[in-house]
Amino acid sequence: MDKIIKGKIFVLGDNIDTDQIIPAEHLVYSLSDPEESKNYGKHALSGVPLSKAGLPAGGIPFIKNGSSESEYNIVIAGSNFGCGSSREHAPFALKVAGVKAVIAESYARIFYRNSVDGGFIIPYESIQKINDSISTGDEIEIDLMNNTLKHIESGKSFNLRPLGDILPIIEAGNIFEYARKSGMMG
Amino acid sequence: MGMTITEKILAKASGKAKVEPGENVWLNVDILMTHDVCGPPTISIWKREFGGDAKIWDKDKLVIFPDHYIFTKNPQANRNVEILREFARQYDIENYYDAGTDRYKGVCHIALAEEGYNIPGTILFGTDSHTCTSGAFGMFSTGVGNTDAAFILGTGKIWEKIPESMKFVFHGKLPSFLTAKDLILRILGDITTDGATYRAMEFDGEAVFSLSVDERMTLTNMAIEAGAMNGIIAADSVIENYVHERTNKPYEIFNSDNDAKYRQVYEYDVSGMEPFVAKPHSPDNLDTVRNVQGTKLTKCYIGSCTGGKLSDFVSAAKLLFGNKAAVPTFVVPASTAVANQLEIETINGISLKEIFENAGCVIAQSSCAACLGGPMDTIGRAVDGETIISTTNRNFPGRMGSKKAAVYLASPLTVAASAITGVITDPRDFF
Ligand code: SF4
Repeated sequence: MDKIIKGKIFVLGDNIDTDQIIPAEHLVYSLSDPEESKNYGKHALSGVPLSKAGLPAGGIPFIKNGSSESEYNIVIAGSNFGCGSSREHAPFALKVAGVKAVIAESYARIFYRNSVDGGFIIPYESIQKINDSISTGDEIEIDLMNNTLKHIESGKSFNLRPLGDILPIIEAGNIFEYARKSGMMG
Repeated sequence: MGMTITEKILAKASGKAKVEPGENVWLNVDILMTHDVCGPPTISIWKREFGGDAKIWDKDKLVIFPDHYIFTKNPQANRNVEILREFARQYDIENYYDAGTDRYKGVCHIALAEEGYNIPGTILFGTDSHTCTSGAFGMFSTGVGNTDAAFILGTGKIWEKIPESMKFVFHGKLPSFLTAKDLILRILGDITTDGATYRAMEFDGEAVFSLSVDERMTLTNMAIEAGAMNGIIAADSVIENYVHERTNKPYEIFNSDNDAKYRQVYEYDVSGMEPFVAKPHSPDNLDTVRNVQGTKLTKCYIGSCTGGKLSDFVSAAKLLFGNKAAVPTFVVPASTAVANQLEIETINGISLKEIFENAGCVIAQSSCAACLGGPMDTIGRAVDGETIISTTNRNFPGRMGSKKAAVYLASPLTVAASAITGVITDPRDFF
């Protein structure tokens, strides 16, 4: 597990559901074929109405035409991120697009579990609302040891909720590695 | 301190006498259900993690319903069904309901009930967020992703955090112009789409126990729209009879203790309620039908695991009887059993199917269809600029297809009334 995640942020609002993270018509691609699965990166966050993509200005596509990787590797959002369908294709799509962590005020349960158990992205909860005081394209640094987020330009720091019960699974890599380590799986 | 029904079932499945909200437990799973969208990736993760000679923990406990993308020419979608078919053949999965055969059932959550997999007191996990539907049978059921499902497939176990419970009590007698859909929309309006995140939603009260099995499933089905882990209704004789007709598997009935602890209790009197809609673009964007009546529509949609059950079509047919739909109206039976019932159930001697045909509705084959948009050739899919009223469960941007479509969610009565006039219409105008 990285101790520091550094990168450029993409800012979103509340209630980003899994249909916005990866629209249903794209759920047909293989997730295990490395080439074909790039389609998930290509369409990641394509269901977000453009005016609400890349806040505060909006109108910023997460993925530039044709690419399967985003220039943004951290997503900052409001409450109830990942609500809606159970599709694991959602955290997977973010991972394929190059996202390392999401920081939201709260998560829907299935998305949260999928992110952790599948080892796709780290779902951090922010303690205060931050998606209204930070802009798409800003550089930040997440310190996983101290559970803080630092805004590089202003030097401002925000506290994140410690990962708690899920930390051992994140450290192990995914639920299978965790189960192997703890002797639950042969 | 007593326990809630959810806590009791989870305690039993984790081999403990008592559990408390917040505690993480490992559960023994009774049934794992998957479908064509999440089944193939679940299988490939399972193979990756458990190796070439991977064993299914108990193949009789695995149930597979292809249901999402069935009637499409999309090659990748069809490939997914082929992967399931091959897997079922290779591992001799008896509970596989293949598309294109007479075993095909349609939407998984309704088929689980019809085929006798919903058993009071048991634990069901499914790779679909609406797996909470089965909670109408006094059991614990919830959705998981592919990784968790692959873990269950190999081990029969999964971790869960014991949820806090919220109780929703409906008193009084339900007026004929209301359905369970109005009740759950009302709750969503009150608690919002994250109002029950990581919690159990328990439904209680004489109005709930007066509902049919179909209608109870509408309540538990949309628990996920409030973010809940599960929705649950204690089993009574109505459920017992339904289960007895389908299976002779043993079951156990649990009830919440009188001193069980709830995070919140909401009480409603249904006798004074009126028909509700969820306006675009969220299931919690509540309003009364009266407040939005007259909104011009381009399409009406009656279908899905939420609003495509027999009781939904009986409600819709009552209003559409002898009337014509003024806008394109899609009738999508959730399951093939429901589709068959449309030919058998009658109103004044006319079958529901004929009533819909006479009204000019398009009757589609059973599947998820446009409930989740789906491939471009999906019947009823929303296109740019549409305004739709639907009996489905979600109206987030793009859920039914185009992000440039506006979707209202409502009861089958409200959708049928609106189909007749072509604008959003209060069903009370027809009573
Ligand atoms: S009908 Fe809709 S909500 Fe129900 S399982 Fe299918 S896609 Fe999901």
